[in-house]
Amino acid sequence: MSTTTATKAKPGFLADRANFLDERVGVAGILKEFGRKIFPDHWSFMLGEVALYSFLVLLLSGTFLTFFFQPAMTPVIYDGVYGPLKGAEMSIAYASTLDISFEVRGGLLMRQVHHWAALLFVAAAGLHMLRVFFTGAFRKPREINWVVGFMLFVLGMAAGFTGYSLPDDLLSGNGLRIIDGMIKAIPVVGAYVSSLLFGGQFPGESIVARLYGLHILLVPALILVFIVIHLFMVVIHKHTHYSGPGRTDDNVVGYPLMPVYVAKAGGFFFLVFGVIMLVAATFTINPVWNYGGYDPSPVSAGTQPDWYIGWLDGALRLTPSHLEVSSGGVTWSWNILIPLITSLVFLAVVAIYPFVEAWVTGDQREHHVLDRPRNAPTRTAIGVAGMVFYADLWAGASTDIIATNFKMSLNQVLTFFQIMLILGPIIGYLITKRACLSLQRKDREIALHGRETGRIVRLPHGEFIEVHEPLDAHALYRLVSFDTYQPIMPRPNDQGKITVSTRLRAAMSRWFFEDRIEPVTQTELTAAQKHAAIGH
Amino acid sequence: MLKRKMNSARRKPFAAILVIAAGLAITGGGYAAATAATSAKSEVYTAAQQDSGRKLFLANCASCHGSNAQGTKAAPSLIGVGAASVAFQVGSGRMPAQASGPQLTDKPSQFTDQQITDLAAWVASLAPGPAIPDDKWLQADGNAQKGGELFRINCAMCHNAVGAGGALTGGKWAPPLSGADPAEIYEAMITGPQNMPVFNDANLTPQDKSDIITYLVYQREHPSAGGYELANLGPVAEGLFAWIFALGFIIAITVWLGAKSN
Repeated sequence: MSTTTATKAKPGFLADRANFLDERVGVAGILKEFGRKIFPDHWSFMLGEVALYSFLVLLLSGTFLTFFFQPAMTPVIYDGVYGPLKGAEMSIAYASTLDISFEVRGGLLMRQVHHWAALLFVAAAGLHMLRVFFTGAFRKPREINWVVGFMLFVLGMAAGFTGYSLPDDLLSGNGLRIIDGMIKAIPVVGAYVSSLLFGGQFPGESIVARLYGLHILLVPALILVFIVIHLFMVVIHKHTHYSGPGRTDDNVVGYPLMPVYVAKAGGFFFLVFGVIMLVAATFTINPVWNYGGYDPSPVSAGTQPDWYIGWLDGALRLTPSHLEVSSGGVTWSWNILIPLITSLVFLAVVAIYPFVEAWVTGDQREHHVLDRPRNAPTRTAIGVAGMVFYADLWAGASTDIIATNFKMSLNQVLTFFQIMLILGPIIGYLITKRACLSLQRKDREIALHGRETGRIVRLPHGEFIEVHEPLDAHALYRLVSFDTYQPIMPRPNDQGKITVSTRLRAAMSRWFFEDRIEPVTQTELTAAQKHAAIGH
Repeated sequence: MLKRKMNSARRKPFAAILVIAAGLAITGGGYAAATAATSAKSEVYTAAQQDSGRKLFLANCASCHGSNAQGTKAAPSLIGVGAASVAFQVGSGRMPAQASGPQLTDKPSQFTDQQITDLAAWVASLAPGPAIPDDKWLQADGNAQKGGELFRINCAMCHNAVGAGGALTGGKWAPPLSGADPAEIYEAMITGPQNMPVFNDANLTPQDKSDIITYLVYQREHPSAGGYELANLGPVAEGLFAWIFALGFIIAITVWLGAKSN
């Protein structure tokens, strides 16, 4: 208070410091620029924030863990406080993880905070990606930012996997063994790559130290760089907003960063932090002391990776075994190569989807108003098909847990997921597409004829009608303000030829937009209002 | 060099006799050692017990296992399964079977301890077999570290690293061990019920078995240091929890924050 009422002759403490900073780094300009950045308000715009805050929690808790963790695989005899492992031979990495869990003050809490935050980080990023996909936020000018976000998701998986393997316990060792097997299945180079990665035969004595370097240095550095690019592009592009009166592709309607969003986002960070702490303080995650140190011979029942790697594990489980072909001294393990190739293709399709859709629509305009998912039926249906595909692989990784907990046959559960891997996305696509079109038809009906009131009126000449109540302008705007595209006709180029890519584009355009529902036009609306005015 | 020497020795006429003799000695001796070692407790049952057991058997078990326990198409012979088998199957409620299926489930036992002992006495009288274990192996006072290691090597691939259970093929499963008492665990190891292999005393000594029991009892009596365990199912349960509860809770917060401005 005193700073604002201070006289010119004697500026207050804060004003003085602010002036000092402004004269040296131009803080006033930066604050003016960033402080007036407008962000629209919607719960679904905060999902990416959750991922960002989880990452901050990961950095803080991870730094704490580096103080005590020793990434060495030299065997030692454990002499800590955990009874059932006292006297067991294990690696230093595993022993130091046990020490963090049982002897370092707050160590177990920090381990659990780190692990829960990791699960939440990738989950929030995934959910944020789905929001961006289904609302069409990846359209021009945000295609590159979609790819950056995709990279963050993949890096999140990489960070998770490298971290999961560090304690050198039985569970994570089995996970590494699977990765080793997958690498070795790659023709020609596989065995060399595996040998270089593990420093000789699996498991060797170097892998934990190498993964540690990746986990605490390279991967987080890359994640940070991509986060900076990601947020920088959000500033450049400005935030998208949902359709509404006064919201166009040329503006952003919302509240300024200063003071509204600084307070909101700051508070939200602590809420996310609080939820992670609460979960970490009350629920066990990755009880490494139960698994024992890594030993290549035993494999425990219920050995699964963390959830974000689950879909890859599922791909391995669902692919029929015995697909090996030997020719000329080289074994082609298709039972490993098929899942490997399938998952890479799936990731590639996710990464390039914005460019594919832009090519199909031929739309060069900038889009800052988001789509309602129903207004882009084919995209929404493709998205659901992708989700079903992913979810099927994901569930495929827990066939044994599903079988025992629901008292079913493991073999039948596996066969079910194998069939649904193909059928599920098709069913998901068809249902979603029909549901979107039906919702659009319903919207159109309501926009033109108003809401059914359930009031039946008898007219003087005996006719019964139901009174329809017209929508107010805000509700009407939501229903009629969207764009759709005409299917593109394959036209000959300047040499008079219709190229293959033109044909493909026309075919895809037909697939996307042939059965579209057109938005209500002004003419239709006026006609409907006139119709309503004369009594219907 | 060594290879060539061995090759020439293999062609000598007495080699075949030696090999056969050695094979017989190992298998026969091993079998004798194994069967002798499994009788952990001296079995002394009275004739009255055996008589009462036979009556119980005829009333409750004979319809499937045959009136002389010789087995029928519906159920296997019980001659030679031993008292331990009866104590495990009847004591854990798996027998008498309630319904056929891929595997018999445990349920509250249908008989009193006295009746189970009588049944065991009669079945044990038919032919020698694994006996009910001596109490000294069931005190859970062995070496939990060694037990844990043995458990991970021999048991965890079906029963999970902390005995939470796991799936087998075709609707069968390895049950969770949290509800099994030490005697049942011991009996299961020496008799190999249903899909479980037999771990005889040559494979795991009584002390090894006692160590495994010690480890399992330790796990049971010491809840996880990290808080609620999510049924010890590992990363699947953790991922489900992260998505549904942690992320679900946070989404509820975002909806609350987003709703304020409207």
